[in-house]
Amino acid sequence: MSMIIAPADYLLFGFFPTVIFSFLLPVIGVGLFTYIIARRIAPLVRANPDYRFDNIPERIKNLIVVWLGQVRQPRYMLAGVLHIIIFAGFLILSIRSTSLVIIGMSDGFVLPGLDGRLGTVYNVMKDYAATAVLVACIIAAYRRGIKKPARYAVPEKYGHDHTAEAVFVLGIIATLMISESMFEASAVAYNYQTLGNAHFPAIFSLAWIFAKILGFASLESLQGLHIIMYYVHDVTFFFFLCFLPLGKHFHVITSIFNVFFMRVKKGNIKPVKYGVSDEELDDLESFGVKKLEDFTWKHMLDFYSCADCGRCSDQCPANAAGRPLSPRFITIKARDLIFKNYPIKSGVIYKSDKLLVADIYTEDEIWSCTTCGACEQECPLGIEYIDKMVDLRRGMVDEGMVPQSLQKPLKALEKRGNPYGKMEKKRADWAKEKTFAETHTVKDLGKDVADTLYFVDSITSYDDNMQEIARRTSIILEKAGVDFGVLGKGEKDSGNEVLRFGEEMLYQELKARNTEAILESGVKRIVTADPHALNALKKDYTGLPPVKHISEIVAEKINSGVLTMKPCKNRDKVYVYHDPCYLGRHNSIYESPRQAMDAIAGLTRVELEKSRDRSFCCGGGGLMLFYEPEEETRMGVIRVNMAAEAGANVIVTACPFCLVNIQDAIKVAGKEDEMEALDFTQLIEEHLI
Amino acid sequence: MEILVCVKRVPDTAENEFELNSEGNDLDRDDLVYSVNEWDNYAVEEAIQIVDNLGGSITVVTVGDDEAEEVLRREMAMGANNGVLLSDDAFEGSDGRGIAAILKAEVEKGNYDLILTGAQADEGAGQVGGMLAAMLDYPYASLVNKIEPADGKIKVGREIEGGNQEMNEIELPCVLSIQTGINEPRYVGIRGIRKVAGVEIPVKGAGDLGVDAGSVGEAGAKTKRVDYFVPDLGDGAEMLEGSTDEIIEKLIEKLKAKGGL
Repeated sequence: MSMIIAPADYLLFGFFPTVIFSFLLPVIGVGLFTYIIARRIAPLVRANPDYRFDNIPERIKNLIVVWLGQVRQPRYMLAGVLHIIIFAGFLILSIRSTSLVIIGMSDGFVLPGLDGRLGTVYNVMKDYAATAVLVACIIAAYRRGIKKPARYAVPEKYGHDHTAEAVFVLGIIATLMISESMFEASAVAYNYQTLGNAHFPAIFSLAWIFAKILGFASLESLQGLHIIMYYVHDVTFFFFLCFLPLGKHFHVITSIFNVFFMRVKKGNIKPVKYGVSDEELDDLESFGVKKLEDFTWKHMLDFYSCADCGRCSDQCPANAAGRPLSPRFITIKARDLIFKNYPIKSGVIYKSDKLLVADIYTEDEIWSCTTCGACEQECPLGIEYIDKMVDLRRGMVDEGMVPQSLQKPLKALEKRGNPYGKMEKKRADWAKEKTFAETHTVKDLGKDVADTLYFVDSITSYDDNMQEIARRTSIILEKAGVDFGVLGKGEKDSGNEVLRFGEEMLYQELKARNTEAILESGVKRIVTADPHALNALKKDYTGLPPVKHISEIVAEKINSGVLTMKPCKNRDKVYVYHDPCYLGRHNSIYESPRQAMDAIAGLTRVELEKSRDRSFCCGGGGLMLFYEPEEETRMGVIRVNMAAEAGANVIVTACPFCLVNIQDAIKVAGKEDEMEALDFTQLIEEHLI
Repeated sequence: MEILVCVKRVPDTAENEFELNSEGNDLDRDDLVYSVNEWDNYAVEEAIQIVDNLGGSITVVTVGDDEAEEVLRREMAMGANNGVLLSDDAFEGSDGRGIAAILKAEVEKGNYDLILTGAQADEGAGQVGGMLAAMLDYPYASLVNKIEPADGKIKVGREIEGGNQEMNEIELPCVLSIQTGINEPRYVGIRGIRKVAGVEIPVKGAGDLGVDAGSVGEAGAKTKRVDYFVPDLGDGAEMLEGSTDEIIEKLIEKLKAKGGL
C-alpha cells in the first residue's frame, strides 16, 4: 500500500508531470504581479515629495498598534472583529501559502524552523486560522451582500456600487481556505485508508471536518481531489495576488506601508511643498494641488490603500449635514482617476487638462470640510484628509477660485488683521466694558510687561457676544494669580483657518506679525481660550513660548489649590461637555475641562455618545463661519439633538466658535426653552470663590 | 478684443468706520484702508472673461497719486495685462469732467475696442463713464449687467424696474459702465500681487497725455464740493443704540408698539 501522490510527483493522464504547472504558475503570477506593481508605482514616482522618514520610533509604534494590533478596528465592533480574524488569519496563513507554492515543486518541503515542535504548533494554528477565516468570510458576505449596512452604499453621483467586488473577494478568500483544507484533508483520508494511520488535522478545524467527510471516498477520487485542490489553491492564490492591486483590496499589500508612513503629529498642516522653506515660497510656480501629480506620493498611497470601509464618511459631520462632501469618495474618485490615467493594459500615461476641482471634485466639496479630523481619527489605515483638503484649497486660492462669501473676510484679514474688517485699535475694547472696567484692568503688552500673554484672537476680541469669554478668562487668570497682559492692536488673527483655507501667503504674514509681537513682548508663557488660536500658535507657529488653553490652567490651579470652586449653582441642570475639535482631536486636551467641571460639587454631568476623539464638529470655526455651504441641516443642530438625547440641558464648550454655532443651532432647532449653551470660562468664573 | 478698464482706489466700505474730519469737509482719512472700487473690480473680471473667450488684452488705468498703483497691481494680479497710472500734480482736485478728460486722452493713445468703467465709485456720482463716452463720441451703455460679445458689435444687458432684463446691441468701440453682480470676481491673494510686483507700470502726466493742465485739476473743475456732513436726524428718524441684542430688543418693542408685529 502506498501514500497519496503529491502534485510535485503526479503524472496527469499518466504522462504529463503536473510539476510543470507548479513551476509555471508562480513564474507567471509573480511576473504579472511585478508588472502591475510597477505600473502602480509610476504615479508615485511622478508625485510631489513627502518627508515621511522622520519619527521612526513613533512610526514603528503605529505599525505595531494600528497595523498589527488593529486597534482602530473594534471602534466598529462587528466589522472590526471580523476584520481582525481575517487579518490575523492572513498573517498566519501567508506562511502556509508560501510553503504550498514550493511543495508543488518539491514534496515534503518545510520552511526552515517549522520542522520540529514549532511546526506542529504552527499546523494547529493554521488549521484553526483557516477555519476562523472561512467563518468570518461567511458572516462578512452575509453582512455585505444581504444585510448591507448603510455606510457601504454608494450614492449615484459617486459611481457604481462596490458590493460585487467585496463579495467576490470574500469568495476568493473562502476558496483559498476550502482548497487548502481539502488538499490536506484528501491526503489524510487517503493515507488513513492505505496505511491505517495518519496525522489528523486539529480537531473540529475545517481540514478535520473535511477529512472525516472524505473518510469513505474512493482512493482514486481522493487522489484526484488532492491534485485538483492543490491547483485550485495555486491558481486562486496567484489570481488573488494580481487582483489585489486592481481595486480596494490593494490595502492588503499597501496597508503596512501606509500605516508606517501615516501622520505622526496632530493638528499641523503640511508645508506647501516639502523641501521649500517659507522664505522660498515666492519662487514656486504653482501652489497646492491642481492636477493629480501635485499630490504627494503618500497621498497617492492613501488613495491606493482605501478599503472602502466608509468609516470616515460615517463620522464626517459635513457628510452628516448633507454637504456635498464624503471623504471616502475624495479617495475613491482620485483612485479611479489614477487607474484611468495610468492604465495597466498599456504603458501610456494620460494627462487630464482639467483641474481636479473641475474634473473629479467640485469646489463646494472641497470648501465643505471643517478640518475637524474625525475621518483621520477613524481610518484604520491611517489615510489623511486634512492636508489634502488644504492642498486642494491652496490650488483653488492660487487660481482665484474663492467663493465671494470668503473673499470679504480674507480681504479684511489682509487689511485689518481680522475677518470682520474692524479697526485694529479696537481689538482690546472688550476690556472697556463698564462693569468689567470698574474692577479690572488688563495690561497692554505694547506698553507694559507681564509673564504671560493672553492671546485673545479675533472672534473673542470683536464679536459682541464672545467678548464675554475674554472678560471671564481675564478674571480667572487674575484669581489664579497669573501675571498676564494682551497684545491689543499688536495682535492679529492667529490665522488657523487662513492656513487651512489655503491662503498660505496671508497666513505667513499673520504668523510673522504675531510672532514678532509676541517675541517682542518678552512673555514666558501664552494662554488662550480659543482652541483654534491654541492650535495655530502651538502647531503651526515656531519658536514661541509654551502655549496652554485656559482649561489646562484651571485644572492645574484647582489641583494645586489656588482656585477653589463653589458648589453648583444650578443643581437641577444636567451639563454635558462638547469637545471642540481643535482642543480635543487636534491637541488631545480631553480631561482638563472635565476635571475642572467635576470640581464643582453637585454639578450633574453626562457624556455625549460621540465624545472625546469621536466628538462631532459643531460646524467649524474661523472662516467657516463666513462660508455659505449647501447643506440639508446644520451640523450644530445635529449636535444639539445629540446633547438632548444624552439628557443634557446645558451644553458646555471651551471654544468661541463652538459657542456661536451651538447657540445658533439651539435657536434653529427650536430648543431655546429647554437648552442653553455656555462657555467653559463662564461656568468656571461663575463658580470661583 | 482690446479692452481698457478704468479703475479707482477708494476707501473700503467693509473695513472702515467712517467719521468726518475736524474741518468737516471730508472723511477722516488717517485710519482708512483702501482698495479697488468694487464696481471696477467686476468690470475687470468681465474683461478677463471676454478675453479668455475671444483673445485680446486688457489694460487697467487709473487717475491718482503714487498710492493708486496698488489697485493697478491688484487688478493685474487678477489677470489684466497692462497697467497705466495717470498721475500729475495738475490732476489733483479734478471733478468728474476733469477725470473723464484725462481718461479720454489716454484712450486716444491706444486702440481700444471696449472701454469699461464701474457704474459708480465712492462718491456715488456715476458720471465719469457717460462723460468719457460723450467726449470720445462713442456709444455708451450704463449699469450693464450682462455682456454677450459678437462680431464687431456686442450685446449688453441691463436690469429694468421690476426685475426685467433688457438687451441692447451696441457698436464697437463703446464705453460701458458695469454693475456689480455681473459676474463673480476671482480672488486675488498676496501671492498674486507679489507675482506682478516687478512689472513696470508707466506713469503718464499731463504733458505725456497732451492734456492742458489748466483744463483739469482744481483749476479746471467746474463743480466744487462746498460742504460734507452727516444729515441731522429728521422727524421720525431715530438711531437705536446699545449692543446688538439691545438694539434688536428695542426694535421689536417699537415694531410691536406700532402694530408692526
